[in-house]
Amino acid sequence: MKTLNDTVVLFGRSMRHIQRSPDTIITVAIMPIAMLLLFVYVLGGAIKTGSDSYVNYLLPGILLIAVATGISYTAVRIFGDTKEGIIARLHSMPVSRSAVLWGHVLTSLVSTALSLVVIFAVALLMGFRTSAGIGSWAAVAGILALFTLALTWLAVIPGLTASSIDGASAFAYPLIFLPFISSAFVPTDTMPGPVRFFAEHQPVTAIVGSIRNLFRDVPVGTDLWIALAWCVGGALIAYFFAMRVYRKVR
Amino acid sequence: MNAPTISISGLRKAFGETTVLDGVDLEVQRGEIFALLGSNGAGKTTTVSILATLLLQDAGTAAVCGFDTTQDADRVRERISLTGQFAAVDKILTGHENLVLIAKLRSVPDPGQVADRLLEQFALTDAGSKRVATYSGGMTRRLDIAMSLVGSPEVIFLDEPTTGLDPQGRLEVWLTIKALAGGGTTVLLTTQYLDEAEQLADRIAILHQGRIIVEGTLAELKKLLPPAKKEYIEKQPTLEEIFLSVIGAPGAGASAAATPAGTPAEVGPE
Repeated sequence: MKTLNDTVVLFGRSMRHIQRSPDTIITVAIMPIAMLLLFVYVLGGAIKTGSDSYVNYLLPGILLIAVATGISYTAVRIFGDTKEGIIARLHSMPVSRSAVLWGHVLTSLVSTALSLVVIFAVALLMGFRTSAGIGSWAAVAGILALFTLALTWLAVIPGLTASSIDGASAFAYPLIFLPFISSAFVPTDTMPGPVRFFAEHQPVTAIVGSIRNLFRDVPVGTDLWIALAWCVGGALIAYFFAMRVYRKVR
Repeated sequence: MNAPTISISGLRKAFGETTVLDGVDLEVQRGEIFALLGSNGAGKTTTVSILATLLLQDAGTAAVCGFDTTQDADRVRERISLTGQFAAVDKILTGHENLVLIAKLRSVPDPGQVADRLLEQFALTDAGSKRVATYSGGMTRRLDIAMSLVGSPEVIFLDEPTTGLDPQGRLEVWLTIKALAGGGTTVLLTTQYLDEAEQLADRIAILHQGRIIVEGTLAELKKLLPPAKKEYIEKQPTLEEIFLSVIGAPGAGASAAATPAGTPAEVGPE
Protein backbone atom coordinates (compact mmCIF):
# COMPACT_ATOMS: atom_id res chain seq x y z
CA MET A 1 0.00 0.00 0.00
CA LYS A 2 2.90 2.28 0.81
CA THR A 3 4.24 1.59 -2.70
CA LEU A 4 0.91 2.55 -4.25
CA ASN A 5 0.62 5.71 -2.15
CA ASP A 6 4.19 6.77 -2.94
CA THR A 7 3.74 6.03 -6.65
CA VAL A 8 0.62 8.21 -6.77
CA VAL A 9 2.38 11.06 -4.91
CA LEU A 10 5.48 10.94 -7.13
CA PHE A 11 3.38 10.57 -10.29
CA GLY A 12 1.49 13.71 -9.21
CA ARG A 13 4.77 15.50 -8.78
CA SER A 14 6.18 14.76 -12.23
CA MET A 15 2.81 15.35 -13.92
CA ARG A 16 2.95 18.80 -12.35
CA HIS A 17 6.29 19.30 -14.09
CA ILE A 18 4.59 18.47 -17.41
CA GLN A 19 1.70 20.77 -16.59
CA ARG A 20 4.17 23.62 -15.85
CA SER A 21 6.05 23.09 -19.11
CA PRO A 22 3.46 21.80 -21.56
CA ASP A 23 5.97 22.46 -24.33
CA THR A 24 7.26 18.94 -23.58
CA ILE A 25 4.04 17.54 -25.04
CA ILE A 26 4.25 19.85 -28.07
CA THR A 27 7.99 19.28 -28.67
CA VAL A 28 7.40 15.54 -28.69
CA ALA A 29 4.55 15.94 -31.18
CA ILE A 30 6.10 18.54 -33.48
CA MET A 31 8.74 16.47 -35.28
CA PRO A 32 6.38 13.57 -36.04
CA ILE A 33 3.78 16.08 -37.28
CA ALA A 34 6.38 17.71 -39.54
CA MET A 35 7.20 14.26 -40.95
CA LEU A 36 3.54 13.52 -41.43
CA LEU A 37 3.15 16.76 -43.45
CA LEU A 38 6.36 16.19 -45.42
CA PHE A 39 5.58 12.62 -46.37
CA VAL A 40 1.90 13.09 -47.09
CA TYR A 41 2.11 16.35 -49.07
CA VAL A 42 5.61 16.20 -50.62
CA LEU A 43 6.93 12.66 -50.93
CA GLY A 44 3.78 10.60 -50.51
CA GLY A 45 2.49 11.16 -54.03
CA ALA A 46 5.42 9.19 -55.40
CA ILE A 47 5.10 6.32 -52.93
CA LYS A 48 2.99 3.35 -53.98
CA THR A 49 1.58 1.65 -50.91
CA GLY A 50 -1.42 -0.09 -52.38
CA SER A 51 -3.49 1.85 -49.85
CA ASP A 52 -6.08 4.38 -51.01
CA SER A 53 -4.89 7.06 -48.57
CA TYR A 54 -1.23 7.61 -47.71
CA VAL A 55 -2.02 9.37 -44.40
CA ASN A 56 -3.92 6.23 -43.33
CA TYR A 57 -0.88 4.15 -44.29
CA LEU A 58 1.65 6.42 -42.59
CA LEU A 59 0.02 7.39 -39.29
CA PRO A 60 0.90 4.23 -37.26
CA GLY A 61 4.62 4.65 -38.01
CA ILE A 62 4.47 8.34 -37.10
CA LEU A 63 2.88 7.44 -33.77
CA LEU A 64 5.77 5.08 -32.98
CA ILE A 65 8.28 7.84 -33.80
CA ALA A 66 6.44 10.08 -31.33
CA VAL A 67 6.64 7.40 -28.63
CA ALA A 68 10.41 7.05 -29.17
CA THR A 69 10.79 10.84 -28.93
CA GLY A 70 8.60 11.03 -25.83
CA ILE A 71 10.56 8.49 -23.81
CA SER A 72 13.82 10.41 -24.35
CA TYR A 73 12.25 13.06 -22.09
CA THR A 74 11.57 10.38 -19.50
CA ALA A 75 15.28 9.56 -19.51
CA VAL A 76 16.07 13.27 -19.13
CA ARG A 77 13.67 13.62 -16.17
CA ILE A 78 15.19 10.61 -14.37
CA PHE A 79 18.68 11.92 -15.16
CA GLY A 80 17.72 15.30 -13.63
CA ASP A 81 16.45 13.66 -10.43
CA THR A 82 19.64 11.64 -10.14
CA LYS A 83 21.94 14.63 -10.71
CA GLU A 84 20.02 16.98 -8.41
CA GLY A 85 20.15 14.51 -5.54
CA ILE A 86 16.38 14.05 -5.44
CA ILE A 87 16.70 10.28 -5.87
CA ALA A 88 19.24 10.21 -3.01
CA ARG A 89 16.89 12.26 -0.83
CA LEU A 90 14.00 9.87 -1.56
CA HIS A 91 16.24 6.86 -0.91
CA SER A 92 17.25 8.18 2.51
CA MET A 93 13.53 8.43 3.37
CA PRO A 94 11.04 5.67 4.16
CA VAL A 95 9.83 5.76 0.55
CA SER A 96 9.15 2.67 -1.54
CA ARG A 97 12.06 2.20 -3.94
CA SER A 98 10.03 0.95 -6.86
CA ALA A 99 7.61 3.87 -6.46
CA VAL A 100 10.45 6.26 -7.30
CA LEU A 101 10.70 4.69 -10.76
CA TRP A 102 7.02 3.88 -11.27
CA GLY A 103 6.14 7.55 -10.74
CA HIS A 104 8.29 8.39 -13.76
CA VAL A 105 7.05 5.42 -15.77
CA LEU A 106 3.38 6.39 -15.33
CA THR A 107 4.21 10.00 -16.22
CA SER A 108 5.90 8.73 -19.37
CA LEU A 109 2.78 6.76 -20.35
CA VAL A 110 0.42 9.67 -19.74
CA SER A 111 2.52 12.40 -21.35
CA THR A 112 3.24 10.24 -24.40
CA ALA A 113 -0.48 9.52 -24.72
CA LEU A 114 -1.17 13.28 -24.68
CA SER A 115 1.36 13.83 -27.49
CA LEU A 116 -0.26 11.04 -29.50
CA VAL A 117 -3.67 12.68 -29.10
CA VAL A 118 -2.25 15.93 -30.55
CA ILE A 119 -0.84 14.01 -33.55
CA PHE A 120 -4.16 12.21 -34.03
CA ALA A 121 -5.96 15.54 -34.18
CA VAL A 122 -3.58 16.80 -36.88
CA ALA A 123 -3.93 13.54 -38.84
CA LEU A 124 -7.73 13.85 -38.73
CA LEU A 125 -7.45 17.35 -40.20
CA MET A 126 -5.21 15.90 -42.92
CA GLY A 127 -7.86 13.39 -43.91
CA PHE A 128 -7.07 10.37 -41.76
CA ARG A 129 -10.17 8.19 -41.55
CA THR A 130 -10.84 4.93 -39.75
CA SER A 131 -13.70 2.50 -39.59
CA ALA A 132 -12.40 0.99 -36.36
CA GLY A 133 -14.94 0.05 -33.69
CA ILE A 134 -14.45 0.40 -29.94
CA GLY A 135 -12.74 -2.98 -29.67
CA SER A 136 -10.18 -2.09 -32.35
CA TRP A 137 -9.56 1.34 -30.80
CA ALA A 138 -8.93 -0.32 -27.44
CA ALA A 139 -6.53 -2.74 -29.12
CA VAL A 140 -4.64 0.15 -30.78
CA ALA A 141 -4.42 2.01 -27.46
CA GLY A 142 -3.24 -1.19 -25.76
CA ILE A 143 -0.48 -1.84 -28.30
CA LEU A 144 0.73 1.77 -28.13
CA ALA A 145 0.70 1.68 -24.32
CA LEU A 146 2.70 -1.57 -24.28
CA PHE A 147 5.19 -0.18 -26.81
CA THR A 148 5.57 2.98 -24.68
CA LEU A 149 6.00 0.87 -21.55
CA ALA A 150 8.75 -1.23 -23.15
CA LEU A 151 10.66 1.83 -24.40
CA THR A 152 10.12 3.65 -21.07
CA TRP A 153 11.79 0.88 -19.07
CA LEU A 154 14.59 0.99 -21.60
CA ALA A 155 14.84 4.78 -21.08
CA VAL A 156 15.21 4.27 -17.32
CA ILE A 157 18.67 2.75 -17.88
CA PRO A 158 20.35 5.80 -19.52
CA GLY A 159 18.35 8.03 -17.15
CA LEU A 160 20.07 6.39 -14.17
CA THR A 161 23.51 5.88 -15.69
CA ALA A 162 24.19 8.72 -18.16
CA SER A 163 26.91 11.19 -17.27
CA SER A 164 25.43 14.08 -19.25
CA ILE A 165 21.97 15.23 -20.27
CA ASP A 166 22.89 14.66 -23.94
CA GLY A 167 23.87 11.10 -23.17
CA ALA A 168 20.57 10.57 -21.39
CA SER A 169 18.55 11.55 -24.47
CA ALA A 170 20.86 10.35 -27.29
CA PHE A 171 19.98 6.67 -26.84
CA ALA A 172 16.55 7.44 -28.32
CA TYR A 173 17.90 8.42 -31.77
CA PRO A 174 18.26 4.86 -33.11
CA LEU A 175 14.76 4.12 -31.80
CA ILE A 176 13.37 7.18 -33.58
CA PHE A 177 15.10 6.00 -36.75
CA LEU A 178 13.87 2.40 -36.55
CA PRO A 179 10.52 3.02 -38.33
CA PHE A 180 12.40 4.24 -41.44
CA ILE A 181 13.79 0.75 -41.98
CA SER A 182 10.41 -0.94 -41.72
CA SER A 183 7.11 -0.93 -43.54
CA ALA A 184 6.11 2.29 -41.73
CA PHE A 185 6.83 4.64 -44.66
CA VAL A 186 6.97 2.33 -47.70
CA PRO A 187 6.16 -1.33 -48.29
CA THR A 188 9.21 -3.53 -47.86
CA ASP A 189 9.08 -5.32 -51.26
CA THR A 190 11.26 -2.77 -53.09
CA MET A 191 14.08 -2.97 -50.51
CA PRO A 192 17.29 -4.92 -51.30
CA GLY A 193 17.53 -8.39 -49.72
CA PRO A 194 19.33 -7.86 -46.40
CA VAL A 195 17.56 -4.54 -45.69
CA ARG A 196 14.24 -6.15 -46.48
CA PHE A 197 15.04 -9.06 -44.20
CA PHE A 198 15.84 -6.68 -41.33
CA ALA A 199 12.75 -4.55 -42.05
CA GLU A 200 10.44 -7.54 -42.04
CA HIS A 201 11.83 -9.02 -38.85
CA GLN A 202 12.10 -5.97 -36.63
CA PRO A 203 9.29 -5.03 -34.23
CA VAL A 204 8.12 -1.84 -35.96
CA THR A 205 6.83 -3.63 -39.08
CA ALA A 206 4.66 -6.01 -37.07
CA ILE A 207 3.37 -3.25 -34.76
CA VAL A 208 2.66 -0.84 -37.62
CA GLY A 209 0.96 -3.60 -39.63
CA SER A 210 -1.27 -4.52 -36.68
CA ILE A 211 -2.32 -0.94 -35.99
CA ARG A 212 -3.00 -0.30 -39.69
CA ASN A 213 -5.25 -3.33 -39.94
CA LEU A 214 -7.05 -2.49 -36.69
CA PHE A 215 -7.81 0.98 -38.08
CA ARG A 216 -9.08 -0.54 -41.34
CA ASP A 217 -11.15 -2.95 -39.28
CA VAL A 218 -9.83 -5.97 -41.17
CA PRO A 219 -8.46 -9.15 -39.54
CA VAL A 220 -4.97 -8.51 -38.15
CA GLY A 221 -3.66 -12.04 -38.50
CA THR A 222 -0.38 -13.17 -36.97
CA ASP A 223 1.09 -9.65 -37.04
CA LEU A 224 -0.77 -8.87 -33.83
CA TRP A 225 0.79 -11.78 -31.95
CA ILE A 226 4.25 -10.92 -33.21
CA ALA A 227 3.69 -7.27 -32.20
CA LEU A 228 2.48 -8.30 -28.72
CA ALA A 229 5.40 -10.67 -28.29
CA TRP A 230 7.85 -7.88 -29.14
CA CYS A 231 6.15 -5.36 -26.82
CA VAL A 232 5.62 -7.66 -23.83
CA GLY A 233 8.98 -9.39 -24.25
CA GLY A 234 10.76 -6.08 -24.72
CA ALA A 235 9.03 -4.56 -21.68
CA LEU A 236 9.99 -7.53 -19.47
CA ILE A 237 13.62 -7.59 -20.61
CA ALA A 238 13.98 -3.80 -20.31
CA TYR A 239 12.33 -3.92 -16.85
CA PHE A 240 14.73 -6.65 -15.74
CA PHE A 241 17.83 -4.73 -16.80
CA ALA A 242 16.49 -1.38 -15.55
CA MET A 243 15.85 -2.89 -12.10
CA ARG A 244 19.30 -4.43 -12.11
CA VAL A 245 20.86 -1.04 -12.73
CA TYR A 246 18.51 0.57 -10.18
CA ARG A 247 19.43 -1.89 -7.44
CA LYS A 248 23.02 -0.72 -7.67
CA VAL A 249 21.84 2.81 -6.87
CA ARG A 250 21.48 2.46 -3.13
CA MET B 1 23.95 7.14 30.20
CA ASN B 2 21.76 6.11 27.29
CA ALA B 3 23.03 4.29 24.25
CA PRO B 4 24.50 6.70 21.71
CA THR B 5 22.13 7.87 18.97
CA ILE B 6 24.79 7.41 16.32
CA SER B 7 27.56 4.87 16.68
CA ILE B 8 30.16 3.97 14.13
CA SER B 9 32.94 1.49 14.64
CA GLY B 10 35.80 0.40 12.43
CA LEU B 11 34.19 1.87 9.36
CA ARG B 12 36.12 1.33 6.13
CA LYS B 13 35.30 2.27 2.58
CA ALA B 14 37.37 2.32 -0.58
CA PHE B 15 36.41 3.39 -4.08
CA GLY B 16 38.54 1.27 -6.35
CA GLU B 17 42.14 1.83 -5.31
CA THR B 18 41.37 4.90 -3.23
CA THR B 19 40.79 4.32 0.46
CA VAL B 20 38.37 6.95 1.73
CA LEU B 21 37.55 5.70 5.22
CA ASP B 22 40.29 3.85 7.02
CA GLY B 23 38.71 2.72 10.28
CA VAL B 24 36.44 5.44 11.64
CA ASP B 25 35.02 5.20 15.19
CA LEU B 26 32.48 7.72 16.38
CA GLU B 27 29.66 8.16 18.90
CA VAL B 28 27.08 10.92 19.00
CA GLN B 29 24.72 11.33 21.95
CA ARG B 30 21.06 12.29 21.74
CA GLY B 31 20.38 16.01 21.27
CA GLU B 32 23.98 16.85 20.44
CA ILE B 33 25.23 18.96 17.57
CA PHE B 34 28.24 17.06 16.39
CA ALA B 35 30.58 18.50 13.77
CA LEU B 36 32.70 16.35 11.51
CA LEU B 37 35.45 18.68 10.46
CA GLY B 38 37.76 17.99 7.56
CA SER B 39 39.14 19.26 4.30
CA ASN B 40 37.83 18.25 0.88
CA GLY B 41 38.19 14.54 0.28
CA ALA B 42 38.62 13.71 3.97
CA GLY B 43 35.68 11.27 3.84
CA LYS B 44 32.94 13.39 5.41
CA THR B 45 30.34 12.84 2.71
CA THR B 46 31.16 9.12 2.55
CA THR B 47 30.55 8.81 6.29
CA VAL B 48 27.23 10.64 6.04
CA SER B 49 26.15 8.59 3.01
CA ILE B 50 26.76 5.34 4.89
CA LEU B 51 24.78 6.63 7.89
CA ALA B 52 21.94 7.74 5.60
CA THR B 53 21.77 4.20 4.08
CA LEU B 54 22.86 5.46 0.65
CA LEU B 55 26.17 3.64 0.58
CA LEU B 56 27.43 0.28 1.82
CA GLN B 57 30.66 0.15 3.80
CA ASP B 58 33.40 -2.39 3.07
CA ALA B 59 33.95 -3.17 6.74
CA GLY B 60 32.84 -2.01 10.18
CA THR B 61 29.38 -1.12 11.46
CA ALA B 62 27.20 1.95 11.59
CA ALA B 63 24.04 2.25 13.66
CA VAL B 64 21.49 5.00 14.11
CA CYS B 65 19.07 4.93 17.08
CA GLY B 66 20.25 1.38 17.69
CA PHE B 67 19.44 0.14 14.19
CA ASP B 68 22.12 -1.13 11.86
CA THR B 69 22.29 0.88 8.63
CA THR B 70 22.68 -2.21 6.46
CA GLN B 71 20.46 -4.76 8.25
CA ASP B 72 17.69 -2.40 9.34
CA ALA B 73 17.91 0.29 6.63
CA ASP B 74 14.14 0.84 6.61
CA ARG B 75 14.00 1.49 10.36
CA VAL B 76 16.95 3.87 10.05
CA ARG B 77 15.23 5.75 7.23
CA GLU B 78 12.16 6.29 9.40
CA ARG B 79 14.30 8.09 11.97
CA ILE B 80 16.71 10.17 9.91
CA SER B 81 16.73 12.95 7.45
CA LEU B 82 19.50 13.94 5.07
CA THR B 83 20.33 17.39 3.78
CA GLY B 84 22.96 16.63 1.19
CA GLN B 85 25.85 18.72 0.00
CA PHE B 86 23.83 20.16 -2.86
CA ALA B 87 20.28 21.24 -2.13
CA ALA B 88 18.00 18.42 -3.28
CA VAL B 89 14.86 20.42 -3.90
CA ASP B 90 12.47 20.32 -6.82
CA LYS B 91 13.08 23.64 -8.59
CA ILE B 92 9.98 23.42 -10.77
CA LEU B 93 7.69 23.11 -7.75
CA THR B 94 7.01 25.90 -5.26
CA GLY B 95 8.46 25.86 -1.75
CA HIS B 96 5.07 24.88 -0.35
CA GLU B 97 4.68 22.04 -2.86
CA ASN B 98 8.14 20.70 -2.02
CA LEU B 99 7.24 20.51 1.67
CA VAL B 100 3.84 18.93 0.95
CA LEU B 101 5.54 16.34 -1.27
CA ILE B 102 7.86 15.25 1.52
CA ALA B 103 5.03 15.30 4.08
CA LYS B 104 2.91 13.02 1.90
CA LEU B 105 5.80 10.62 1.36
CA ARG B 106 6.46 10.54 5.10
CA SER B 107 2.72 9.94 5.68
CA VAL B 108 2.50 12.96 7.98
CA PRO B 109 -1.07 13.97 8.78
CA ASP B 110 -2.28 17.30 7.33
CA PRO B 111 0.62 17.98 4.89
CA GLY B 112 -0.62 21.46 3.96
CA GLN B 113 -0.58 22.68 7.54
CA VAL B 114 2.85 21.14 8.19
CA ALA B 115 4.16 22.98 5.11
CA ASP B 116 2.68 26.30 6.24
CA ARG B 117 4.19 25.97 9.69
CA LEU B 118 7.67 25.16 8.37
CA LEU B 119 7.57 27.99 5.83
CA GLU B 120 6.77 30.35 8.69
CA GLN B 121 9.51 28.90 10.90
CA PHE B 122 12.07 29.38 8.13
CA ALA B 123 10.88 32.87 7.13
CA LEU B 124 9.76 31.62 3.73
CA THR B 125 6.03 32.31 4.00
CA ASP B 126 6.07 34.98 1.28
CA ALA B 127 8.21 32.84 -1.02
CA GLY B 128 6.13 29.72 -0.36
CA SER B 129 3.96 30.09 -3.43
CA LYS B 130 6.86 30.90 -5.77
CA ARG B 131 8.83 28.34 -7.72
CA VAL B 132 12.09 27.35 -6.06
CA ALA B 133 13.98 28.25 -9.27
CA THR B 134 13.47 31.92 -8.27
CA TYR B 135 14.97 31.49 -4.76
CA SER B 136 18.38 32.75 -3.63
CA GLY B 137 21.02 30.27 -2.48
CA GLY B 138 20.26 30.94 1.19
CA MET B 139 16.52 30.54 0.70
CA THR B 140 16.98 27.28 -1.22
CA ARG B 141 19.18 25.93 1.56
CA ARG B 142 16.65 26.96 4.20
CA LEU B 143 13.90 25.20 2.28
CA ASP B 144 16.18 22.18 1.94
CA ILE B 145 16.67 22.06 5.72
CA ALA B 146 12.95 22.70 6.30
CA MET B 147 12.19 19.66 4.10
CA SER B 148 14.46 17.61 6.36
CA LEU B 149 12.37 18.57 9.38
CA VAL B 150 9.08 17.29 8.01
CA GLY B 151 7.87 14.49 10.26
CA SER B 152 10.30 15.51 13.04
CA PRO B 153 13.07 12.96 12.46
CA GLU B 154 15.20 12.08 15.47
CA VAL B 155 18.49 12.56 13.64
CA ILE B 156 19.44 15.07 10.98
CA PHE B 157 22.51 14.84 8.78
CA LEU B 158 23.68 18.11 7.31
CA ASP B 159 26.43 17.68 4.74
CA GLU B 160 28.31 20.97 4.33
CA PRO B 161 25.18 23.02 4.88
CA THR B 162 26.77 26.41 4.17
CA THR B 163 29.17 25.62 1.33
CA GLY B 164 28.54 28.01 -1.54
CA LEU B 165 26.41 30.46 0.45
CA ASP B 166 27.12 34.17 0.81
CA PRO B 167 27.86 35.43 4.37
CA GLN B 168 24.26 36.41 4.99
CA GLY B 169 22.90 33.06 3.80
CA ARG B 170 25.46 31.36 6.01
CA LEU B 171 24.28 33.21 9.11
CA GLU B 172 20.67 32.36 8.32
CA VAL B 173 21.54 28.69 8.17
CA TRP B 174 23.57 28.85 11.38
CA LEU B 175 20.63 30.34 13.27
CA THR B 176 18.42 27.60 11.89
CA ILE B 177 20.75 24.84 13.05
CA LYS B 178 21.07 26.33 16.54
CA ALA B 179 17.30 26.41 16.83
CA LEU B 180 17.14 22.73 15.82
CA ALA B 181 19.33 21.48 18.60
CA GLY B 182 17.22 23.37 21.12
CA GLY B 183 14.35 21.08 20.12
CA GLY B 184 16.22 17.89 21.12
CA THR B 185 17.09 16.76 17.60
CA THR B 186 20.46 15.11 17.15
CA VAL B 187 22.44 16.85 14.43
CA LEU B 188 25.52 15.51 12.67
CA LEU B 189 26.97 18.17 10.46
CA THR B 190 30.02 18.11 8.26
CA THR B 191 31.99 21.21 7.45
CA GLN B 192 35.34 22.34 6.17
CA TYR B 193 35.03 25.68 7.99
CA LEU B 194 36.65 25.84 11.39
CA ASP B 195 34.53 28.77 12.53
CA GLU B 196 31.37 26.88 11.61
CA ALA B 197 32.28 23.96 13.85
CA GLU B 198 33.29 26.40 16.58
CA GLN B 199 29.99 28.31 16.33
CA LEU B 200 27.59 25.39 16.19
CA ALA B 201 28.96 22.21 17.61
CA ASP B 202 28.79 20.73 21.11
CA ARG B 203 31.47 18.29 20.08
CA ILE B 204 33.88 18.22 17.18
CA ALA B 205 35.76 15.40 15.46
CA ILE B 206 38.51 16.06 12.97
CA LEU B 207 38.52 13.62 10.09
CA HIS B 208 41.78 13.46 8.22
CA GLN B 209 42.79 10.96 5.54
CA GLY B 210 39.99 8.59 6.48
CA ARG B 211 40.60 8.58 10.24
CA ILE B 212 39.33 10.56 13.21
CA ILE B 213 42.49 12.15 14.56
CA VAL B 214 41.00 14.11 17.46
CA GLU B 215 37.60 14.31 19.06
CA GLY B 216 36.08 16.30 21.91
CA THR B 217 34.45 19.54 22.97
CA LEU B 218 35.95 22.79 21.78
CA ALA B 219 37.44 23.32 25.24
CA GLU B 220 39.02 19.86 25.15
CA LEU B 221 40.45 20.47 21.70
CA LYS B 222 41.90 23.77 22.84
CA LYS B 223 43.74 21.99 25.65
CA LEU B 224 45.66 20.03 23.04
CA LEU B 225 47.55 23.17 22.20
CA PRO B 226 50.05 24.97 24.44
CA PRO B 227 48.28 27.29 26.93
CA ALA B 228 47.06 30.54 25.49
CA LYS B 229 49.43 33.47 25.58
CA LYS B 230 48.09 36.92 26.29
CA GLU B 231 48.87 39.48 23.63
CA TYR B 232 47.30 42.86 23.24
CA ILE B 233 46.43 43.73 19.69
CA GLU B 234 44.13 46.33 18.25
CA LYS B 235 41.01 44.60 17.01
CA GLN B 236 40.28 45.53 13.41
CA PRO B 237 36.82 44.73 12.07
CA THR B 238 36.86 41.85 9.61
CA LEU B 239 35.64 42.45 6.11
CA GLU B 240 32.70 40.16 6.89
CA GLU B 241 31.63 42.37 9.81
CA ILE B 242 31.95 45.46 7.66
CA PHE B 243 29.95 43.83 4.87
CA LEU B 244 27.18 42.76 7.19
CA SER B 245 26.95 46.05 9.03
CA VAL B 246 26.93 48.07 5.80
CA ILE B 247 24.08 46.02 4.33
CA GLY B 248 22.30 46.03 7.70
CA ALA B 249 21.78 42.28 7.74
CA PRO B 250 19.78 40.77 10.57
CA GLY B 251 21.83 38.41 12.70
CA ALA B 252 25.04 40.30 11.99
CA GLY B 253 25.92 39.81 15.65
CA ALA B 254 26.27 36.06 15.11
CA SER B 255 29.34 36.55 13.00
CA ALA B 256 32.15 34.27 14.01
CA ALA B 257 34.56 37.05 14.81
CA ALA B 258 32.07 39.13 16.75
CA THR B 259 30.91 36.56 19.30
CA PRO B 260 33.10 34.47 21.54
CA ALA B 261 32.82 30.82 20.70
CA GLY B 262 30.20 28.86 22.58
CA THR B 263 28.01 31.77 23.63
CA PRO B 264 24.67 31.97 21.95
CA ALA B 265 24.42 34.62 19.27
CA GLU B 266 22.20 37.58 19.91
CA VAL B 267 19.84 38.06 17.09
CA GLY B 268 17.92 41.21 16.36
CA PRO B 269 15.38 42.70 18.70
CA GLU B 270 13.45 39.46 19.38
